[in-house]
Amino acid sequence: MNHFTIWDMVRNLLLAARWTVLLSLIAFGCGGVVGVGLLLMRTSKSRVLRNFTKAYIEVFQGTPLLMQLFLLFFGGALIGFDLSPWGAAAVALTLFTSAYITEIWRGSVEAVSRGQWEASSSLAMSYFQQMRYVILPQAWRIAIAPTVGFSVQVVKATAVTSIIGFVELTKAGSIISNATFSPFTVYGFVAVIYFCLCFPLSLAARKLERRMNAARTN
Amino acid sequence: MWSVLGAVSRAWKLPGLRQFYTGYVELIRNTPFIVQLFFVFFGLPSLGIKLNEWQAATLAMVINLGAYSTEIIRSGIEAVPKGQIEAALALAMSRSQIFFHVVLRQALMKVWPALSSQIVIVMLGSSVCSQISAEELTFGANFIQSRTFRALEVYLLAALIYFLLALVLRQVLSAFGRFVLQRRSA
Repeated sequence: MNHFTIWDMVRNLLLAARWTVLLSLIAFGCGGVVGVGLLLMRTSKSRVLRNFTKAYIEVFQGTPLLMQLFLLFFGGALIGFDLSPWGAAAVALTLFTSAYITEIWRGSVEAVSRGQWEASSSLAMSYFQQMRYVILPQAWRIAIAPTVGFSVQVVKATAVTSIIGFVELTKAGSIISNATFSPFTVYGFVAVIYFCLCFPLSLAARKLERRMNAARTN
Repeated sequence: MWSVLGAVSRAWKLPGLRQFYTGYVELIRNTPFIVQLFFVFFGLPSLGIKLNEWQAATLAMVINLGAYSTEIIRSGIEAVPKGQIEAALALAMSRSQIFFHVVLRQALMKVWPALSSQIVIVMLGSSVCSQISAEELTFGANFIQSRTFRALEVYLLAALIYFLLALVLRQVLSAFGRFVLQRRSA
């Protein structure tokens, strides 16, 4: 048994928290990019594209993230995609994030009133022009608060990647608690660090929500 | 589970417990489920509370769902129009009568879709419980996988089962919402 001072624990956990933050950023960034693509497909006029994205979203929202990770990490290796824990975690989280984020954004796009679509198509704008100049600027205002709120979910989802051996905050927590035999303290600190990461985001989401609501009612 | 929900959601209305529940909800909603699970399973024994895998998994899930549903039901309660409560007061109903007969029913009806999707999310989250070796679907999949090394098939099948479970659960919950809650209100 190693002797860890409290500071040793916290320092090691904080070092591992970097990876949690980085993975969240990657997942959120890439998920956002994929999400935009899916959003365009989801709201497009082609039925095939719409149904495809609908199925995609159903599948990713209907299966646990852990299963998606396992499939990619263990299953993928069998059919030739040999991914590192890093790669598997990043890809799985990106797909997971994109499915949820597309639904959030679709809700915001649909919240923009139909008259806006009709008005812009009567101005002979193409689909992309409509999206770019008319719909998205309005939908963005509605979407921003739930999107920030969802980022909290992403940070928490990264914890699951510890199971495939990716050393982030939770994994570091289990390693340290195995070395020190004081799981209560260690997991307590892990929880505190997650809380410090997520709470500001939650607060920001709530504040944005209030501000955007006020802006709309005025 | 449901008794916890009821008690918890009610507590929002009581001024004394309010701070406590605010803290509880914020804490749970801002930490990952797996950390809560590890805390309950590995952490609590050092306080002398020993739980087996099933108890720990259930406790962690109840705590987790309790926090989310508190928020959901609270928003439902706040959405009940004030006039309803005033009308009930005018009929000389007691506070608990008002709460159970007037407020809670309407609140639950309003937030039922949100609540059922949260339940589905918790069901999917239960896959994480395999990590403390509670023997559920994911644990079974891991076990078979380690015997056969056929990871792709096993995990695909497990994912399919989860998917079907989620679909069925969603249908059942929405049917429950439609029949039970609607009829009670009629």
